[in-house]
Amino acid sequence: MSHVKLLTMEGISKSFGKAVVALDDVRFELEKGEIHALLGENGAGKSTLIKVLTGVEERDEGEVELEGEKIHPRSTNEAQQIGISTVYQEVNLCPNLSVAENIYIGRAPRQKFGGIDWARMNKDAEELLGRFDLKLDVTKSLDNYSVAIQQMVAIARASDIKARVLILDEPTSSLSNVEVDKLFSIMKRLRQEGMGIIFVTHFLDQVYEVTDRITVLRNGRYIGTYKTSELTRMELVSKMIGKDYASLNKSLQESREEKKETKAGNVFINMKKVSHQGSINDMDLTISRGEVLGLSGLLGSGRSETARVLFGIDQVTGGELEINGEKVHLKHPLDAIKKDLAFCPENRKTEGIIGDLSIRDNIALALQAKKGLFKKISKKEAQKIADEYIKKLEIKTPSADQLIKNLSGGNQQKVILARWLATNPQLLMLDEPTRGIDIGTKAEIQKIVIDLAAQGMAVLFISSELDEELRCCKRIVVLKDMERAGEVAGDEISEGAVMQIMAGGEAS
Amino acid sequence: MKKRLSKLSGSQAFWPVMIFLAIILFNTIMTRGEFLTISIVDGHFYGRIIDIFRNGGKLMILAAGMTMVLATGGTDISVGSVMAISGAIACSIINGNLLPGLGGNVAMAIILAILAGVTCGLWNGFLVSQIKIQPIVATMILLVAGRGIAQLITNGKIITINSDAYYFINGGYILGLPFPLYIVLFLVGLLLLFVQKTAFGLFLESIGCNPLASKFAGIKVNKFLLAIYTISGAFASVAGLIESAGIKGADCNNAGLNIELDAILAVAIGGTNLMGGRFSIFSSVIGALIVQSITTTVLALGVPAAYIRVLKAVLIIVICLAQSSKFKVSLGKIFVGKRGRKEAVAL
Ligand SMILES: Nc1ncnc2c1ncn2[C@@H]1O[C@H](COP(=O)(O)OP(=O)(O)OP(=O)(O)O)[C@@H](O)[C@H]1O
Ligand SMILES: [Mg+2]
Repeated sequence: MSHVKLLTMEGISKSFGKAVVALDDVRFELEKGEIHALLGENGAGKSTLIKVLTGVEERDEGEVELEGEKIHPRSTNEAQQIGISTVYQEVNLCPNLSVAENIYIGRAPRQKFGGIDWARMNKDAEELLGRFDLKLDVTKSLDNYSVAIQQMVAIARASDIKARVLILDEPTSSLSNVEVDKLFSIMKRLRQEGMGIIFVTHFLDQVYEVTDRITVLRNGRYIGTYKTSELTRMELVSKMIGKDYASLNKSLQESREEKKETKAGNVFINMKKVSHQGSINDMDLTISRGEVLGLSGLLGSGRSETARVLFGIDQVTGGELEINGEKVHLKHPLDAIKKDLAFCPENRKTEGIIGDLSIRDNIALALQAKKGLFKKISKKEAQKIADEYIKKLEIKTPSADQLIKNLSGGNQQKVILARWLATNPQLLMLDEPTRGIDIGTKAEIQKIVIDLAAQGMAVLFISSELDEELRCCKRIVVLKDMERAGEVAGDEISEGAVMQIMAGGEAS
Repeated sequence: MKKRLSKLSGSQAFWPVMIFLAIILFNTIMTRGEFLTISIVDGHFYGRIIDIFRNGGKLMILAAGMTMVLATGGTDISVGSVMAISGAIACSIINGNLLPGLGGNVAMAIILAILAGVTCGLWNGFLVSQIKIQPIVATMILLVAGRGIAQLITNGKIITINSDAYYFINGGYILGLPFPLYIVLFLVGLLLLFVQKTAFGLFLESIGCNPLASKFAGIKVNKFLLAIYTISGAFASVAGLIESAGIKGADCNNAGLNIELDAILAVAIGGTNLMGGRFSIFSSVIGALIVQSITTTVLALGVPAAYIRVLKAVLIIVICLAQSSKFKVSLGKIFVGKRGRKEAVAL
């Protein structure tokens, strides 16, 4: 493809109130037949740029042209009609409609007399999903499926619409490697057909795997556009964070050195053949104070499910659970919280944030629940705690009064982490804690986790990014088919060893 | 100063209070000042304003309870029927038809009537939190069955009673002010204090906004739901006592009829999101006063009572528009152009 301009955005500005300037004179250019990465830290303005482009948010200033023609869509629908199809960061499908309905909503195939042709719609949906190697019952309602599958359905829907521009805002954050590969092959095919694709992600590997060019935003400002092949990873990261990546890496390195020296303390959690009907079987697991234990395994292997049982969300139906040497029956998360457990769930939007509450209230919530109804945390106290974590985790917001739903995805994640750190737990369970978090903060969070363990906290770390677990954990337990499949520890820890257990063979 | 002013206008109670004052002002002008006059007879205050407060007592109490239910994202449409049950029980005990052993003891009658309200609330709460029935359906059961129960208690008759002690609940005066006002002050004050001094408000908003995430954060969502529907039931029974003391008897067919709609309207006027989340009990109480004062206004203007409903309908439309941020944005565009837009949204 020769370089034909498809979409240009010029001088785009957008602020929310007086305090938040999300975009300041930003420019962006997309060519036909290219995959263009839009990169930047959490809160850099990536999602806002996309929302402005597709009419979800009204722009304050700036011009947008699509193939030489000025456009100004006022809604996602309008954007779709002129050929801009979008998968937003937060999946926005209708969970109680069927899969097929979700794919064809607003453009369902019609029968002669105008009624919806259900048979055809279901068949088309199956066929479309087949291209992604997805075999779903398309007549079932969408909420029967996992977030990953819902994400794939959203992508399938967007890629099916006859579009000139396809926008994917962090589509891969909840996908497994296999699914990512399928997505990439489809993106490449669409590129061949001349579509322009905007791709937002925090995975730099993926950027180098599929994209042609990169545009970097920082603090709502345009930093530059580069050919992917001409920008090294180091350069890219420095452009994104505005400082040297080497210094960041060094501090993590130091934490890791320390990690080698600290010794695990006594056992805090002891699961003895614990089962929960339909999610985990005969699970044996110990977590000691001062260790970061990694849980690894494929999607559905029982990683999150183990954490849910430990946190009292799902009840133990067989076996025994001991916390701190004491046999316990947890019937509700509050029971677990009172035993000094904390759990950052993977599903930020549905299980984590309380959208209409302020950052301050969101952070104070679990601590307040732990203290009980009558020991109210004063506003002043809550403010102090919130300010402390806003600083510590570098949460990007004008103040703790901001509603959490107005934060960028990555910053929401940090608030949930803050909520649990504020309860001062003895066991911290993190399920995909760095999902959607930018590379700088990711290193920061990994460092915090390692430091907390060094101070004697027990940490259960669940991540689909294996290299992240390798970096943080001294011991990794691998799960398979809802059961414990094996364990690697100390010097044996390597990607190969973990993969081998996942694949079936127990490592030594 | 400017900052203080903007903080004031940003509070949820600001607009309800303004609307209420506007209605009073309107009435005062229309009646050439008569509306505001308060006369003192036998050391008791009388006047339209006093009437609004006295007659609005029931609604204020209901609105306070309803606010919490709506804040959880639920609703309680059974309050009118619970009022009927409570009035029926109290009056039947006082005239000796029910539990004659009590000898018509007024205090016991009141206690048992409130206990009945608590039981009704527990039932609603149980259906909503344990059986997971949608609140509107769950409370519809009592809406329908409640009046039947009340009629069973009174044998289907309208009861009249003769008890000055009981009449006092609605018609009594303390320090010149009507007694219902003190009930309102006590109940609403207690509730406000509870919300102020404990984390109740935070938990309630959290549950209304995202129950699942609230549970994950350690809030016992089901227990709270049970408690909130119970409070709503108890408050409804108190309102029922006031109403039946007012008519000096129990009329199961008409006691609290359709009042649940007024209560929900009051909460909506108060600016609480009916889908759950942010709430203000104080604003809802003002909302109740607004609803009541509209009724009083229409009557004062000599408009046929039938028009009250039309007026309320118009009011609902206006409120819905005022709560829609999209409408505010376009309104802002028309009036203040581009710059004022964000301020308009901030309202
Ligand atoms: N509706 C809103 N009200 C107020 N502030 C907002 C709103 N939407 C976004 N912001 C702010 O604008 C900034 C940019 O947010 P945006 O969502 O575009 O970031 P992002 O680059 O997509 O980050 P992430 O990688 O975390 O998804 C953030 O500081 C965010 O808090
Ligand atoms: Mg984003």
